Amino acid sequence: MNPYLALLMSFGLCALVATIMVCASWVLGPKNPTKTKLEIFETGNPPLGSLRGVRFPIKFYLTAILFVVFDIEVVFMYPWAVVFRQLGWAGLAEMAVFVAVLAVGLAYVWRVGALEWE
Amino acid sequence: MEVLFTFGKVVFAFLIVLQLTLILLWVERKGSALIQDRVGANRANIFGGVLPFNLGIVNTWMADPLKLFHKEDIVPEAADQFLHWFAPWIAILPLFVTFAVIPFGDVLVAGGYTINLQAAELDLGILYILAMLSLAVYGVVVGGWASNSRYSFLGGVRGTAQMISYEIPMGLALVSVVLTYGTIDFQQIARDQGELMFGILPAWGVFYQPIALVVLFIAGMAESKRVPFDLPEAESELVAGFYTEYSGSKQSVFMMADFVEVAIVAALVTTLFFGGWQVPYLYRDGFQFPGGFDIALPSLLVTVLQVASFLVKLFLFCWLQILVRWSLPRLRYDQLMELGWKRLLPLALINVAVTAVMVLLLDGRTIP
Repeated sequence: MNPYLALLMSFGLCALVATIMVCASWVLGPKNPTKTKLEIFETGNPPLGSLRGVRFPIKFYLTAILFVVFDIEVVFMYPWAVVFRQLGWAGLAEMAVFVAVLAVGLAYVWRVGALEWE
Repeated sequence: MEVLFTFGKVVFAFLIVLQLTLILLWVERKGSALIQDRVGANRANIFGGVLPFNLGIVNTWMADPLKLFHKEDIVPEAADQFLHWFAPWIAILPLFVTFAVIPFGDVLVAGGYTINLQAAELDLGILYILAMLSLAVYGVVVGGWASNSRYSFLGGVRGTAQMISYEIPMGLALVSVVLTYGTIDFQQIARDQGELMFGILPAWGVFYQPIALVVLFIAGMAESKRVPFDLPEAESELVAGFYTEYSGSKQSVFMMADFVEVAIVAALVTTLFFGGWQVPYLYRDGFQFPGGFDIALPSLLVTVLQVASFLVKLFLFCWLQILVRWSLPRLRYDQLMELGWKRLLPLALINVAVTAVMVLLLDGRTIP
């Protein structure tokens, strides 16, 4: 039988249960909204206003960029790992070149201090 | 008929993860109480005490979710109305469906049918798990952003950076496992571990890939965002992190997602490194101990033993994570990032290189 049909069943069942769980208190719980309750919680003070457009450290952005680079590397390694025994030493050499380029990148990023958090 | 069997397996795999999370909730409460030398949650009753007796274990297993489901659902006015609903849903759905590819037994032979005890017999199980674990990041991102609160936002940003950072060492650890077995099919990997090393030791992944096991376990714990890696929801700094603005069942869904991730890490460790459903020396027709001592067992009993073995191992690794959670203090953010990028990533890379060379050197030898 097609395994993707089983996955489809699984997704259907899980989506159903997840929806029930997310909506449960909207259905079962009391509804008594007051102005204070609907405010954003900021240690009891009046909120400082909307968060849209607020700044945050660029480090997080840098981490995301680095993630994209190295995650793609990992993704390329899976097909290589599966057929590795047929590729033999030639396959190892090719992957070594590929990884070496990225390892130099990692060394560079490390050296310029992109991995430092103060 | 086959569709019916598949549906049964899907439901069973889902029940494993659902019940495990509820039981883990109780185990965590009682276990933490044990570690901290207190009693812990010990009483539950319905409707203010209509029952004359204490419900005991039912306490958190039933009472916690039931109570949270009956709380008021508050969506802040300033929040993004749709995304606020969507975040918990997308946080838990990809985690629930991962268990569909984890094999929980070998085969069940009954009434002329041979049922492969894996809900979805995918031949690319590891890729599927990685994809779903990546999707789970969206729950944190969207939840943190949609709430429009500073605490949530910081928690969401922290959580995203942490989860994507640890995905790389995790992926690399899995690459070295794939190199060892030459397949990304979970059932095949579990079956490969049924053989013996040196005629006595079960050929479990932990003996081939101990470093990958350590990297995967640490990275997996960081993915589940629990102490010592709970910076996205650090209660002393960020109230509750990315789910500060959530209440009722939505909040319980976020908490449950953490436990499901614990269960997934335990399932990965069990299947890839500790033989999955394998019982040492147990084969299709019974035990065959080294030294020529055999015990014949009926096929059904063997299957039951294997499923039980899988569940016991699964629970043990969940328990190990709970132990770690209640033993270690929280890391600082720079320590967290340093561990991921400067320790685990190079370690995993070197492990892949060493594994690749070893595989080629030992290719064709009898070590399975």
